[in-house]
Amino acid sequence: MAVSARSLQLAVFAGLLAAAPLALPNDYYINILILCCFNALIVMGLNLLMGYAGQVSLGHAAFFGLAAYTTAFVTATAGLPVWAGVPAGIAVSALVAWLIAVPTLKLQGNYLAMATLGFGIIVSIVFNEAVNITGGPSGFVGIPRLKLLGYAFTSDTAYYYLAAGVLWLATLVSRRIIDSRTGRALRAIHVSEQAAQAMGVDIARHKRFVFVLSAVYAGVAGTLYAHHLTFVAPSSFGFNFSVQLITMVVLGGMASLWGAVAGAFFLTSLPEFLRVFEEMDILIYGAMLVACMMFMPSGLVGGLGKLAAWLKRKLTANPTPGQKPGQKPGLKADSRG
Amino acid sequence: MLFGAPQYLVSGLTVGATYGLTALGFTMIYNTTGIINFAQGEFVMLGGMLSVVLLKAGLPLPLAILAAVLCSALAGCLMERAVIRPVGRAAPVNLVIITIGVSILVRGVVMLIWGKDTFALPAFSGAKPLRFLEASVQPQSLWVLAITLLVLGALKLFFSRTIHGKAMLACACERKAAALMGISVERMAMFSFGMSGFLGAVGGAILTPITLTSYDVGVMLGLKGFAACILGGLGNPFGAAAGGLILGVLESFGAGFISSAYKDAFAFIVLLLLLFVKPTGLFGGPKSDRV
Repeated sequence: MAVSARSLQLAVFAGLLAAAPLALPNDYYINILILCCFNALIVMGLNLLMGYAGQVSLGHAAFFGLAAYTTAFVTATAGLPVWAGVPAGIAVSALVAWLIAVPTLKLQGNYLAMATLGFGIIVSIVFNEAVNITGGPSGFVGIPRLKLLGYAFTSDTAYYYLAAGVLWLATLVSRRIIDSRTGRALRAIHVSEQAAQAMGVDIARHKRFVFVLSAVYAGVAGTLYAHHLTFVAPSSFGFNFSVQLITMVVLGGMASLWGAVAGAFFLTSLPEFLRVFEEMDILIYGAMLVACMMFMPSGLVGGLGKLAAWLKRKLTANPTPGQKPGQKPGLKADSRG
Repeated sequence: MLFGAPQYLVSGLTVGATYGLTALGFTMIYNTTGIINFAQGEFVMLGGMLSVVLLKAGLPLPLAILAAVLCSALAGCLMERAVIRPVGRAAPVNLVIITIGVSILVRGVVMLIWGKDTFALPAFSGAKPLRFLEASVQPQSLWVLAITLLVLGALKLFFSRTIHGKAMLACACERKAAALMGISVERMAMFSFGMSGFLGAVGGAILTPITLTSYDVGVMLGLKGFAACILGGLGNPFGAAAGGLILGVLESFGAGFISSAYKDAFAFIVLLLLLFVKPTGLFGGPKSDRV
């Protein structure tokens, strides 16, 4: 029975996610892993928008935050159960995205970047200033932990498996969308809107679809985040986080499903590794960002692909029996150093 | 109802002048290289911080500012040479991430050397406010406006009278044709980074006596500068300067008449509404796409 490469990738991914906590010594690392899952979820949605449809968003942290604050408000302030708060949070994210999608996505390039950036900043200012709803700069406390069907996710490991499961499902959904007619339409829009339109793609509808979808991904991550930390503060949803998300998309690899996951896991856990450098960590972080983009323009996934191809060339360049003596094998690979 | 309007106008124009200078820096680099430089705000920060540091080191104020501005210009050139030129024609989004990386790096270096404190710079000529149309005007505001006008005038002359200015304009119009005419496009790119470092630093240095400075002021100033560019229409130097002033005044009126807590939001809401109505900014040309 032939197993397709894509199913195999998904199966391996599931295996890695399941095995990851076993390799970690304590709960602190499990918490970082949970954050990695949340970020990967947002970045995956953002990658559908940026990498596949070619529409930049510099305000995605806003959708993450809107969902987190909504579920916080519904569960902690209004006292409704968590199973009501989570869908409400996701719905608010999706609704706001749906409302701003049409005027915003008419814009192009840097103007689109500015509009989404402005939207993100406005939302984060509201988080900061609407003190009687959001708790202001000091944050929103007392959000209940997640409890579904009578099962309370009290241990971090249980929460990790929930987050990882959601991430895996989102990966599956993304994979199906990318390979579908809609996915092809999105890529066509990326290459040339005019050409796509000429081929009968409804541009406005597809752009809105992928924008709302990416907001839903961010919304799911936002609600899970709120019920995990039981505390949210506006600083988590500001411009800096939006920029980090974009960086994860590009550093992982644009238009690559696994790139989104790799970028999110890499950049989320990187500060933990850099902690040994103490104060210097921010310098190294900045320098690594620059260096990665200079030397791996197509991101981690593209860079690994290149490395694999290079290794393969090196290996196959070994002298083979039929070769003339004295001929230098693999000149090309050698000259690359 | 309009009580205090002249006051808000003056303070808006003062801050707006800095936004305008930052926006001009964005425009300069965008026109010659097509890059949106997210490290632009760091040049503004460097202008202010280096002035403070050099003044503390014993230099007289005018010399300290001059040296700070020149250092920032040098930093701009260095940035182009070190990280922008080597990648050549990379995808725009990659270049944006590189400039973000540089801005994190610059911020980090300044924080490590001079700490997280807020620093002040003395006003250029006393702090006794002048009365003007029921507004009290700080002398520093006049300095800011005068220096901004001076810089704008000098830029105008530079682009219309000097061979380097014309060469830069040529790169902005059509890079390939400029290269064919014997203009070193690479050198012009480096030059544009240097000039935008210069412009940003001038803005930072003249604003610091009013708003103070610290290692992280560059982020918001950079965003405002970018917003001013877009407001005026990206690539149009006149639009950038005007956009900066408009943004500054909008913010100041929003803070004065509506709510100071939402002053930043107010400017961005107006910007968004404008973009929805006119997607290429106030003074941006009609959209032209190559199919």
